[in-house]
Amino acid sequence: MFHGYLPMILDGLRVTLSVAVVSLAVASVFGMMGAVAKLSASPVLRAVAGTYTTVIRALPDLLLMLVIFYGGQILLNTITQAQGWGYVDVNAFMAGTITLGFVFGAYLTETFRGAILAIPRGQIEAAQSIGLSRGQVLRNVTIPQMVRHALPGFTNNWLVLLKATALVSIIGLDDMMHRASLASAATREPFTFYMIVGAIYLAITTVSILGLGALNWRMSRSLRREAVG
Amino acid sequence: MINWSIIIEMLPAFWRGLQITLILLCTAGLAGLALAVPLSLARASSHPLLSWPVFIFTYILRGTPLLVQLFIIYYGLPQLDIVRQSAFWPFFRDPFFCAWLAFTLNTTAYTTEIFAGAIRNTPAGEVEAARAMGLSRTQVLRDIFWPGAWRRALPQYGNEVVQLMHATALASTITIVEILRVGRDVYYNHLVITESFGMAAVFFLALTVVLTLIFRILEKLFLRHLDPRDSANVSPSETTKVTVNA
Repeated sequence: MFHGYLPMILDGLRVTLSVAVVSLAVASVFGMMGAVAKLSASPVLRAVAGTYTTVIRALPDLLLMLVIFYGGQILLNTITQAQGWGYVDVNAFMAGTITLGFVFGAYLTETFRGAILAIPRGQIEAAQSIGLSRGQVLRNVTIPQMVRHALPGFTNNWLVLLKATALVSIIGLDDMMHRASLASAATREPFTFYMIVGAIYLAITTVSILGLGALNWRMSRSLRREAVG
Repeated sequence: MINWSIIIEMLPAFWRGLQITLILLCTAGLAGLALAVPLSLARASSHPLLSWPVFIFTYILRGTPLLVQLFIIYYGLPQLDIVRQSAFWPFFRDPFFCAWLAFTLNTTAYTTEIFAGAIRNTPAGEVEAARAMGLSRTQVLRDIFWPGAWRRALPQYGNEVVQLMHATALASTITIVEILRVGRDVYYNHLVITESFGMAAVFFLALTVVLTLIFRILEKLFLRHLDPRDSANVSPSETTKVTVNA
């Protein structure tokens, strides 16, 4: 079936999923830093984080990806040449994940900021007043509750990020989309192969919605009990 | 640092690219809006035969990448004999038509869900009160139901239009020379970032700002009753009128 190209496409799925998962991790780091900066007392940090989220969210993903990919390459080589290290070729996987992570970090900044703000101030004060250290408050009070508040927005961003991974083929990653274009060229059946890729994306989306929905249901059980009582 | 001669030389090309981006945005946006109105009614309907087909349509369109949809239409459909032998074949050979079709279907799916949500959130009492006052079905739909749903949908719909504008950049992958494509061409010819992608970014940034402002004005117009400063300025006579009516 599919002229024997299905295993090749599925191999590309591994690349697509790795890009998606690693980008999500990078985006969470940028998002957490952005949220902390936005809520900090320092006006400089707030301005930097504000510019980051505003500019990134005002530009198309594809444009940002090309800017960071080509721009990063030029910047890196200017530095290495100045140091006399010679030419460095940017690894496409790293470029893709850092770019997607940087872009979606801006969206996650807003999600995380909202989640931190949703925790009642009194809980943090109470934890401090019984003598917990800053680290303990963060670990035992802020983060567990933040996760629950952030989960719906996090799910949404994951679904958008997942679909954005289709763009990494444009900067030369050998993902599912790229494999589909190779198979299309060889067999002259682009409809078949792009439909397969579409179906795989739809399947991952469905699994994500069901899985994260179940997790959300579990995490908010204390809230439901309150509502019933 | 910035090579202004490249910018000045490429400005006419960017200007034409901007026009292509705007044409794609307006044609796909208006077609999507027109399709989303009836579809959202069906989606919000309690009849499963009406709501399910629309849900399947929006689920598939929202669950797959737009780039895949665009490639299925532009590269994929010509594989099928039915398409090549149909009267529509000249359309499907045209990259601009394919981009328009992909963007229209995609924005229709998102807009339908936004409108359907706004329709579902219509307070039943609002419609019942209008009916009790003797308004006809058409009057209720025209004067109560749609304006209310539109107001509830407006902020999210504004976001969707900005998203659609960003999505038009994908047209650059199927040979359409919109803003991003001009930027890429400048990059490949001169290998400079600021004058190529930087210029494209300036155009997209400006478009985002303009669209955001337009929707802020629309929200001011349609959601004025929610502005606390405005309702604080209501004169005593108006307040009495409102109480009498209520």
